[in-house]
Amino acid sequence: MKYVEQAEILKNEAIIPAVWQMKFHAPQIARTARPGQFVNVHYDGGTTFLRRPFGIVDTSTEGTVTIIYRIVGTGTEELSRLHPGDVLNVEGPLGDGVFTTSPGKALLAGGGVGLAPLIFLAKRLDHPVVLVAGKTAAETFWTRFFEPYAEDIYVTTDDGSQGIKGFAVQALPAIFQEHAIDRISVCGPTVMMKTIAEAAAEADVYCEVSMEKRMACGIGVCLGCTFASKIDGRRHKVCADGPVFPAKEVF
Amino acid sequence: MNTDRLNVTFAGIPMKTPVMGASGTFGFGVEYSDFLDLSEIGAVISKGITPLPRAGNPGVRVAETPSGMLNCIGLENPGLDAFKRDILPRTKQMGTPIIVNISAGSAEEYGQLAEALDVDGVAGLEVNISCPNVKEGGIVFGTDPKAAAAVTGQVKSHTKKPVIVKLSPNVTDITVMAKAVEAAGADAVSLINTLTGMAIDIRSRRPLLGNITGGLSGPAVKPIALRMVWQTAKAVQIPILGLGGIACWQDAIEFMLAGASAVAVGAYNFVNPRAVQEIAEGMAQYCEEEGITHITDIVGALVV
Repeated sequence: MKYVEQAEILKNEAIIPAVWQMKFHAPQIARTARPGQFVNVHYDGGTTFLRRPFGIVDTSTEGTVTIIYRIVGTGTEELSRLHPGDVLNVEGPLGDGVFTTSPGKALLAGGGVGLAPLIFLAKRLDHPVVLVAGKTAAETFWTRFFEPYAEDIYVTTDDGSQGIKGFAVQALPAIFQEHAIDRISVCGPTVMMKTIAEAAAEADVYCEVSMEKRMACGIGVCLGCTFASKIDGRRHKVCADGPVFPAKEVF
Repeated sequence: MNTDRLNVTFAGIPMKTPVMGASGTFGFGVEYSDFLDLSEIGAVISKGITPLPRAGNPGVRVAETPSGMLNCIGLENPGLDAFKRDILPRTKQMGTPIIVNISAGSAEEYGQLAEALDVDGVAGLEVNISCPNVKEGGIVFGTDPKAAAAVTGQVKSHTKKPVIVKLSPNVTDITVMAKAVEAAGADAVSLINTLTGMAIDIRSRRPLLGNITGGLSGPAVKPIALRMVWQTAKAVQIPILGLGGIACWQDAIEFMLAGASAVAVGAYNFVNPRAVQEIAEGMAQYCEEEGITHITDIVGALVV
């Protein structure tokens, strides 16, 4: 069931100048959301036309929903100017394709704001292993969101300013050696998801990826976000059939 | 909702309200079942159906623009057979009429498609001769009055269903097109489809859309759509389904005053998935406030 809620903003703060965390009260969405799902939000007092999709980072029994967003344009810039007490129109939870939460040792790998939905997943799993990838040490603040849930956290930075120097995929050999990983859930830049998916296939480990594509409706009608399955060519909608897909469907 | 003042018969199709979900923005209707009572809306106009499945255009397909959006989906759809086999049985359960939007590569193909859809569960056909995002079919027929009439004639001679022809605004004089399809037997016209537009990323110097150009919709196009409905209403006798940028009940009333017998909500469904129902409720309230016995009383009631 999808809902539209008039959600009062409870918190809206910068984590770093370009990345913000917002918590709002949307009890119907909070009650039913599953890891991997997203909300499509609109501020009726803003200047933008379409809703903006954000992965769900956390929910609470008090009916709150948390998102983390990067300021990339007018819509997100306007979101960052809202204050507690302002009301956001929130549609969700959206997406039938969600992360796997069955038993087993999961590796959650993410880069940039793609780490946001993995926080929600980490909370629902039994001590997953986490891989945080960033360009520099300034973008590895994400580790603190995973600390309460993770068995182990690995960090890679492109410039080596923190953790392993290199791209996310370069941490996999060490992780595979130190942990018996049953599956990998990835969300991040396309190249990161693709390289990890390939390494996972080589190691014969199941891999799923959370896709991001430009979309208008978020409910499977505008067809802005579709792609052809690499397995059978069938058309999938990122918003409605995903956003999480087996990596073999995508790469 | 008390819809006594709103029930209409548009192009021979009885509807509870004169407010429909526009093609390409409403899926097949069933996608909206969480948000509204489908049996309480006017009608669903389906995503465009073509004889064979279509994958649509590659690259980025949607972009926000001031007060609206551009799209270049390119008629992605499951094709006629999958529509009849997988979708039609579900839409029959909605309790609301479904008008099937059709698109094809030649007048003869339009006729074949119409014949294949002359089946139980289809309330009517909307003939798309105005899609700006595909090379063949679509707008090729929508900018030439002779071709538009030929398509209309083929469809009419292959179906007993009401036929609504959807007109393109990307023409010099939309009334020429409206008159051509009226003469060819169209039961109604719907207007407008999207206006061809584009947007550019100034840093990468690339177009925002994969198809370079796309169709503009949303509140940005409303004044143009309204003007074209008004002009067309003076030029033809057949009823008009007015659409283009409708985002609230006041917009819908404007279209009806300009001469539309019914309206459709398009891009705004993406913003408010309850729009089709909320707009009808607002129209009912307007009738009550203005002492209007029935919504049809305001069709073309513009005072000039």
